[in-house]
Amino acid sequence: MSRIDGLFERLRGQGRTALIPFVTAGDPQPDVTVALMHRMVAAGADLIELGVPFSDPIADGPVIQRATERALAAGVRLRDVLEMVRAFRTQDTVTPVVLMGYLNPIEIMGVETFAAEAAAAGVDGALVVDVPPEEAAELAGKLRPHALDLVYLLAPTSDAERIARIGGVASGFVYYVAVKGVTGAGNLDIDGVGAKLAEIRARIPLPVGVGFGIKDGESAARVAAVADAVIVGSAIVERIEALMETPAAIADAVADFIGALRQAIDAADRRREAP
Amino acid sequence: MATIADEMQQPVAAEAVQTGYHYPDANGHFGRYGGRFVPETLMHPLAELTDAYERYLKDPAFLAELDNDLRDYVGRPSPLYHAERWSRELGGAQIFLKREDLNHTGAHKVNNTVGQALLAKRMGKTRIIAETGAGQHGVASATVAARMGLECVVYMGEVDVARQRANVYRMRLLGAQVVSVKSGSRTLKDALNEAMRDWVTNVDNTFYIIGTVAGPHPYPAMVRDFQAVIGREARTQMLERSGRLPDVVLACVGGGSNAIGLFYPFIDDADVRMIGVEAGGEGIASGHHAAPLCAGKPGVLHGNRTYLMEDENGQIAATHSVSAGLDYPGVGPEHAWLKDSGRAEYIAVSDDEALAAFHGLTRTEGIMPALETSHALAYAAKLAPTLRRDQTIVVNLSGRGDKDMDTVAQLDGIVL
Repeated sequence: MSRIDGLFERLRGQGRTALIPFVTAGDPQPDVTVALMHRMVAAGADLIELGVPFSDPIADGPVIQRATERALAAGVRLRDVLEMVRAFRTQDTVTPVVLMGYLNPIEIMGVETFAAEAAAAGVDGALVVDVPPEEAAELAGKLRPHALDLVYLLAPTSDAERIARIGGVASGFVYYVAVKGVTGAGNLDIDGVGAKLAEIRARIPLPVGVGFGIKDGESAARVAAVADAVIVGSAIVERIEALMETPAAIADAVADFIGALRQAIDAADRRREAP
Repeated sequence: MATIADEMQQPVAAEAVQTGYHYPDANGHFGRYGGRFVPETLMHPLAELTDAYERYLKDPAFLAELDNDLRDYVGRPSPLYHAERWSRELGGAQIFLKREDLNHTGAHKVNNTVGQALLAKRMGKTRIIAETGAGQHGVASATVAARMGLECVVYMGEVDVARQRANVYRMRLLGAQVVSVKSGSRTLKDALNEAMRDWVTNVDNTFYIIGTVAGPHPYPAMVRDFQAVIGREARTQMLERSGRLPDVVLACVGGGSNAIGLFYPFIDDADVRMIGVEAGGEGIASGHHAAPLCAGKPGVLHGNRTYLMEDENGQIAATHSVSAGLDYPGVGPEHAWLKDSGRAEYIAVSDDEALAAFHGLTRTEGIMPALETSHALAYAAKLAPTLRRDQTIVVNLSGRGDKDMDTVAQLDGIVL
C-alpha cells in the first residue's frame, strides 16, 4: 500500500482528519527546507506538500508568488527539490510527500525521467496545477508505473460531469479548492464547502482534502468537520516570509503554528466523534 | 464585397472540404500544440465560453451585429494600399499594406475586442478584464467596455506602463482601471498571469478578453476567427485589384493575432507564402530577443502548449524587444503548428532593422507604423528586392506608430 493510502486508512481508523501543510521548497533559502519538513511532522503534519518553484505561477496569490521568487532567486529548481525529498527520506520513511507545481519544469526534464527520479527520491505524488484531466494522459501514464499518485484539483466550478470524470482518473486523494481564487484568497464559505464535498463524495471514493482560505485554527477546525484533510499554505508561507531575515527562527515559528492547527483539528475531530 | 456575416458562415466547412485544414480539434489542439492547461476552476468557464462562441458564430443576428460594428464603429473594410514609392525605392516586388492602422483605436486589436465584447454581453457578463503589452489591446478593450458600459480592468507590466504612458492615459480616460503588475519580469507575460488570477477569482461576472491567439482553448481559435476579417478582406481586395493572389503575406508575430488574422484565409492557397516576423531584439545570438519560434522550444505556458523562450530548467526566460507588443516569451499555438507543418515560415529581425524600417516607411509613404509592425516592414524591405517587379507582398500594417513617439525619440537621442 502506498504511503498516502496507508496514511488515510490509519487516520480513518482513528477518526482523525489529516493536516497537510504546504511550503515552497527552498524558501527563503535551500538549507531551511528539509529541517522544516521534519519539524512540521513533529508538530503534527500528516503529509507535506512541497511547492516546486516556477517563474509564472498563475494559480498563486501574492504570498506564494513571493515565496516562489525567493526560491528561484536562491537557485532552487526541480532537481534541487527532488534532492530535498531524498534528504528528508533518510530520516522519515513514513510521511507522504506530494510535489505541487506547474507542468513546464517537469516536461523539460522529461516526464519519464521526472517520474523515475521522483519515485527514487521518495516522492509519493504530484499535483500539477495546470494539468486538468483532459491534458493529463501522458503524465498520468508515466507516473503510474512508478506508483506515484497524480493528485487532481476540484473547484466550486466543477460540475457533476467533471467531478465524475476526475473520480475516474484520480488516485491518492483529491484536493478541493474551497474558494474561487488564487492561493491565499479569503472568504471561505464553509456551508458551501460542506455541500460541495457531499457532491464530491457521492462520486469519488477517495479522501478529499480542502485548501485555499484556511488561515488559522478556527477555519481549520471548521474545515476538519467536513473534510478528510485540511490543507494550509499561504498562512504558513506568511510566517516564513516574516522571518526571512532570521531563517534560524523559521522552524520554531512554523512548528508552533502547525501545533495550533493540529490542536484545533483534533478538537474538531473529538467533537465529531462524540456521541 | 460580401458581408462579414456571409463570409463567417462559410469558411469552416468549405476549408475542410478543400484541404482538410480543420484546426484546432475539439479539445483545442493544433497538432501537438494548444490545449487547455489551466487550473480546474477555469475548466468549466472555458467550456461555457466555448459553447457560447460556437453557438454565436453560427447565429445570424450575432454576425449581423458584429458586421455592423466592424463597419460603422471600427471603420472596416480597411484599405489595401499600394506602397508604390517604397516599392520602387526597394526595387523589386510590389508591396501592399493592409491598413489596420486606420481602424478605430489605431490597430488590428479592436477587431477582436469588438467580437469578444459582443460575446460578453450575450453571456451576461458585466466586467471586462484584459492584459496588455504595448497598450493597444488594453485601449481596444477599454474602448469597447466604455461603449457598452462595462467595468474594465487592464493589467499591464510595470515596465510597459513606463514605456507606453500615452496609452495608459488613454485607457484611464476611457474609464478603465489600469493595474501596474510588479511581479516577475513586469512585462506582458506577467500581465497575463495577473489577468488569469483575476479571472479565476471573479469568474462569475467577468469576461477575460485575451488580446492574442494564445491562452487556453477556445481563445487561440476564437481570436483568430475574429481577426480573420483582415485576411478575408485582403484576399478579396488583391483579387479585385490584380486578378490574382499575392505571392507573399507577411506580418509581425508577438502572440501572433495580426499574423494569423492575415494568414488564415490564405492557408488553403498553397502558392501564397506566409511569413511571420519575430522580434530579434539585439540579435538571436545575443539571447536578448523575443523570438520563440526562431530560437525557442516547445513547452506549456498560459494555458497552451507552444514554442517558448525558457531556460534549461523550464523557467520562462526574460525577453527583450524594442516593441512592447512583441515582448512576449510565447506565441500562439497555431503558429507553432504552422511552423512545424512547414506551411508558414518564421524569421526574426532586430530592433535596429525595425527602427530603420519605421523611418523608411514614414519618409517614403507618409505612414508612421507601430514599432511592432516595423518588424514586418523590415523583412518586407529585405525580401522585396529578391523578387520580380510583377510579384506582390501584402504586409499587415497592424498598427500606427503614434504610441511609440517617446521610444523612437529616445532611441534617436532626442528629448521630446
